[in-house]
Amino acid sequence: MIELVNLTKTFKDGKNAVPFVALDNVSLQIEKGDIYGIIGLSGAGKSTLIRCVNLLEKPDSGNIFIDGEDITLKNKKELNLLRKKLSMIFQSFNLFEQRTALKNVCFPLELVKTPKKEAEKRGLELLDRVGLRDKANAYPSQLSGGQKQRVAIARALASNPEYLLCDEPTSALDTEATESVLQILKQINKEQGITVAIITHELSVITKLCNKVAVIENGRICEFGKVSEVFNNPKTEQTKRLIKAFTIEIPKEDE
Amino acid sequence: MFSDTLTKLFSNGMMVEAIWATVYMTLLATLASYLLGLPLGIILYVTKGKGLTPCKPLNLILGFIINLLRSIPFIILTFAVFPFTRLIAGTSIGNGAMIVTLIIGAAPYVARMVESSLLEVDNGVIEAAESMGASTFEIILKVLIPEAKPALITGAIISSITVLGYSAMASTIGGGGLGAIAYTFGYQTSTDDVTWICVAFTVIIVQLIQALGNFIVKKTDKRIKK
Repeated sequence: MIELVNLTKTFKDGKNAVPFVALDNVSLQIEKGDIYGIIGLSGAGKSTLIRCVNLLEKPDSGNIFIDGEDITLKNKKELNLLRKKLSMIFQSFNLFEQRTALKNVCFPLELVKTPKKEAEKRGLELLDRVGLRDKANAYPSQLSGGQKQRVAIARALASNPEYLLCDEPTSALDTEATESVLQILKQINKEQGITVAIITHELSVITKLCNKVAVIENGRICEFGKVSEVFNNPKTEQTKRLIKAFTIEIPKEDE
Repeated sequence: MFSDTLTKLFSNGMMVEAIWATVYMTLLATLASYLLGLPLGIILYVTKGKGLTPCKPLNLILGFIINLLRSIPFIILTFAVFPFTRLIAGTSIGNGAMIVTLIIGAAPYVARMVESSLLEVDNGVIEAAESMGASTFEIILKVLIPEAKPALITGAIISSITVLGYSAMASTIGGGGLGAIAYTFGYQTSTDDVTWICVAFTVIIVQLIQALGNFIVKKTDKRIKK
């Protein structure tokens, strides 16, 4: 279980700039097996929130418990060990440009000194899972956005993680590629029991993929719960506004 | 058509020897400058304010020393470091001293070059490695250097051409090479064709280094679509 308790984070740039409150006393619980969506408009603090979970961003105050252990108290070595069960994928994929798809997937295995042959075998299996075995020797510059994100997912799975953190994984993708990425995420949650936390600004990602959702605005979580409950019976103005923003209004025919 | 001095320089083999000395000193000094400049550049990069292991005092001191060495014109540096070269090479003149001087002149330059090459690596890629639990050392070896490789090679080429220029200046302290020939036989005896032939050979060497460098970069950089 991922448990965030009273996280606060303020960004200050320069001396005279107004401090920007990205997280304002945020608490959240993500249970094992969840696909937890966190939705908000840009600038709401959602990326900061997920980046705190593996301490890519250090909160000013608050605690982060992973399976009961407070990771804010860990030293760098312990944190690096813990990060191996907390994989992450990103909006901009962040693949190593000078490595082939296969070598990208093998990177986490290199870190734990897996013998090369074994690592490559596992890498190919993982590429197979995301349907890209034939692209093993391609470099990222030869892949499309959707393919890059699938390689990134394979790479994230290489360390056999228990959690997968997704920071806007489909925001740079077209509908079709989005669909295939969501399919894969759903599948790994179902088959491997990997808990998924996903940040997005697209309502459709939440409704297609998640079982739980939290709505975040101005660094605060204004509503959370089961997707069906939150969206069928929105309690806060923010959620209502969000739903309205995503409702498609098809123009009526001119009379 | 050509002066006697020039024909003599070719017939007694001095010209060929000078070309060889220039190439050899340039390559040796560039290599040594990289051995020194690469770790310095990495230290500059990782100790920055938002670097992998921020350490402001170290960054400031190292940055200051590098700026200091880089701001001294090379011709003055050659004389200023006499005591130091004597300590290292045992003499303050000749090829040995010249290489030490070249390294002192080029290593700070290389360090900045390495730093800027590393800064080109996308921050997101480094974050990805961090999120996978890679240590700072692993990030440097397995991510930063491989990802910056094309830029590092380009930097090495630019540095080696700078070193080539320095080597001509350094021949004033008794080193060999094309610079020495151009100065002693060309300038001092006003034999212009010797000077121009030395210039021509230098141009050819620079072109060859650059062409070789471009070829290697093209072969290594995987970002370019085939």
